[in-house]
Amino acid sequence: MNVPEILGEKLEEILERLWTRTVEKGQESCAASELGETGVEESLVELAVLGLVAEENGRYSLAERGRQEAANTVRRHRLAERLFIDVLDVKGELSEESACRLEHMLHRGIDEKICTLLGHPQVCPHGKPIPPGPCCAEARRAVERIVAPLDLLAPGRSGTIAYVHSTDPRRVAKLLAMGVLPGSRITLIGRSPSFSFQVGYSQFAVDAEIARDIHVRLDEQEQAAHAGGGLRNGRRLRHGGGPREGRARR
Amino acid sequence: MKVALVGSPNVGKSVIFNRLTGAYATVSNYPGTTVEVARGYARLEGRVLEVIDTPGIYSLATITEEERVTRDLLFSARPDVVVHVVDTRNLERMLGLTLQLIESDLPVVLDLNIVDEAEKAGLLVDGESLERALGIPVIKTSGALGRGIAELRAAINRATKGPAARPAIPSLLYEQPIEAALAALEPLLPDGSGVSKRCQGLVFLQEEQAAAGSEGAGDEVSIRIQEILRDLSSSCSSPSALIARQRQARARELTALCFDDSAVQQPRFREALSRFMIRPATGIPLLLIVLYVGLYLFVGRFGAGFLVDLLEGTVFGRWVNPFLTALVRRLLPWPVASDLFVGDYGIFTLGLRYAVGIILPIVATFFLAFSLLEDSGFLPRLALLVDGLFKRIGLNGRAVIPMVLGFGCDTMATVVARTLETRRERLIATLLLALAIPCSAQLGLILSLLSAFPLALAVWALCIAAVFLAVGALSARLLPGEKPSFFIELPPLRLPRPSNVLAKTAARMRWYLLEIIPVFLIVSVAIWLGRLTGLFQLLVSAMGPLMRWIGLPAEAGSAFLLGFFRRDYGAAGLFDLARAGLMSPRQLAVAAVTLTLFIPCVAQLAVMVRERGWKAALGIVGFVFPFAFLVGFALNAILALAGALA
Repeated sequence: MNVPEILGEKLEEILERLWTRTVEKGQESCAASELGETGVEESLVELAVLGLVAEENGRYSLAERGRQEAANTVRRHRLAERLFIDVLDVKGELSEESACRLEHMLHRGIDEKICTLLGHPQVCPHGKPIPPGPCCAEARRAVERIVAPLDLLAPGRSGTIAYVHSTDPRRVAKLLAMGVLPGSRITLIGRSPSFSFQVGYSQFAVDAEIARDIHVRLDEQEQAAHAGGGLRNGRRLRHGGGPREGRARR
Repeated sequence: MKVALVGSPNVGKSVIFNRLTGAYATVSNYPGTTVEVARGYARLEGRVLEVIDTPGIYSLATITEEERVTRDLLFSARPDVVVHVVDTRNLERMLGLTLQLIESDLPVVLDLNIVDEAEKAGLLVDGESLERALGIPVIKTSGALGRGIAELRAAINRATKGPAARPAIPSLLYEQPIEAALAALEPLLPDGSGVSKRCQGLVFLQEEQAAAGSEGAGDEVSIRIQEILRDLSSSCSSPSALIARQRQARARELTALCFDDSAVQQPRFREALSRFMIRPATGIPLLLIVLYVGLYLFVGRFGAGFLVDLLEGTVFGRWVNPFLTALVRRLLPWPVASDLFVGDYGIFTLGLRYAVGIILPIVATFFLAFSLLEDSGFLPRLALLVDGLFKRIGLNGRAVIPMVLGFGCDTMATVVARTLETRRERLIATLLLALAIPCSAQLGLILSLLSAFPLALAVWALCIAAVFLAVGALSARLLPGEKPSFFIELPPLRLPRPSNVLAKTAARMRWYLLEIIPVFLIVSVAIWLGRLTGLFQLLVSAMGPLMRWIGLPAEAGSAFLLGFFRRDYGAAGLFDLARAGLMSPRQLAVAAVTLTLFIPCVAQLAVMVRERGWKAALGIVGFVFPFAFLVGFALNAILALAGALA
């Protein structure tokens, strides 16, 4: 049976849970009760008919086709989270709620667009991996791959300014006016005691708060050379997530 | 006819100003030194043009006070020509302002300055194709070498005669929501300003974004404006960024058109030196060396030691004063009258001797050292280095510039504190300048006063540093307002040009002397009157108990009283007491600390009132006065208890 392009919220939620439990947490299979409340059995039957879920002795796991579908669903959810938290600066529960609703709308290539907009992020704001889509694989070959805030880079790294984002619009205005503009080339010179960097033929120094606002799309060859160690202290946008979260907590 | 020079900080506007007018505006290698608008006159084909040098500005949509000064000047003063001065190497990021100026319909001349350094680095610029693309005259200059100035004059001259017939260049079209908002906004803007409504509208959109949340007065126009802004924000999340981005895209196209940077090389040595300065492990030792050599050896030993001995001791002590005293006493045989000129506090024997014999050499050596540092590009790197520390006292690294200048003259530094971004930072900086930064004259005297007692000197330095940090940290905690943020442009390191350093030192000296000589004279007259009427002695004796309370001889009262008129005056008074052998090392340390903290001099007080308002000034004085004596008392008690410096 053909899988419809859009499964619907209910089925997608179940696939997502199955993905986190089996693929990410390493469970072999799940009981229906782990996957949802009332009506979950019917949905599971529906998924089994579509060939997305396999059942054995009342325990469920992802079928081959289901894996791909679930990966896409998880990907959409985590992209939506990134979008809300990083770009729109929505905080806490509100971001989670909104992400839950938005994810079901990111079909037909919209997810790819958002993924590209965000610079093909590899982890969600909570630090969980975002399954890569076709656009990510392509981007890996092309230049754009990671967008990281300046304060996470190691000295000597360069890239292109992807976007400047701050909770204080005056600060953005100031940076833009000084010529720290999306699309400009940027190289981090030093990180201590303040962040110093070069844009064009000018050098600037800023504090960590402002450095965090400048998001850099890293160069490809640099990524190869610095793979793993390029970001500072192995903080590869991981655990408890990006810097933005850290700031929200403070 | 008026010509306004505008441009980002540190692009050489002031040098161009000097080249055009022959006047001297202070030129330096750190951003934000032009805090006042300088005016001069240039002669062009027999006509006299007024030339205005403005504080640095990155965009017409402004953020800091100094930027607003420039913007308002452009909007209201209706210059006949605007010369946009840019640093050629950074053309791309500076063209945004050129585009804004073109949008404003003011006649613009683009001056590609510092072209010598660009060419030396291997960067080739095709000015003609840029001229064609922009539709305005483009002139290459090197202010420092005087290159291209004749061409610039000619271009300004042509521009004053109205725009040349040239093909109209289509102005930049913004994305639809912006254009729609502009179209709705333009009829609502007031008439009568010198700049186009399109430009005003764009500035309004960009600034309104930054000041989001500010409500209008509630009349019809402001309601309509709120509507327009609401419509705009529904279709576009950040109009300000969108506008900047589009301008930047255009600037990039234009730069690509006229730049050939295939031969550019990074200047390795300068880069290495720059990194050496901004790394704490090497930068801090370097800073200490600079302080030791510049401040202690050059200003302290050479200026306050050798030169003061020479001028005050030999020239005034041996020749000028005895000669004048003899002369005046013969001409004015009445002591009451002759005391005004040559008595203990006479205009010549005290006023002129202090001003020329003591203060002048100290301040001159300080300004010379400061100008050297300034021109080399060391100060912004110092700002980077100390930002972390300054954040703890409620300031950001940028404040290091007024603070260091304060060691020269606190009054001048209080004026320069205007360049700090928030009111809170300006207030904290003003307080710390008034309280804990000794000016060079005071510093020089204290250094030589205490140099015989290294322990007393150490106690003094520690005390002042502790008060600086403690009061800074406390005010950072107590004062409301936004937290400081730090950004600064790091200009390339340059070898200071001796002519520029000397000229700048001279300009600062002139400012200083014009400001202080009258004060010295007035103070001499005031004291003469005070003594004549007995008021002065009354005040000194009223200070007596206060002096004894902090363990000082009652005679020190006159030094403190004088200290109010000029900080350095007070220190100089101590100098006399110490020479007369009236003070023990402990008393010297206590007196030096109290006098350093004690209220600012009259000139600084006047500037504080002018710059920060009388409430803030009064508050600061109300804190500083009792605090200084409290610290003096505590220090005396502690030293006595410890039996130190008996």
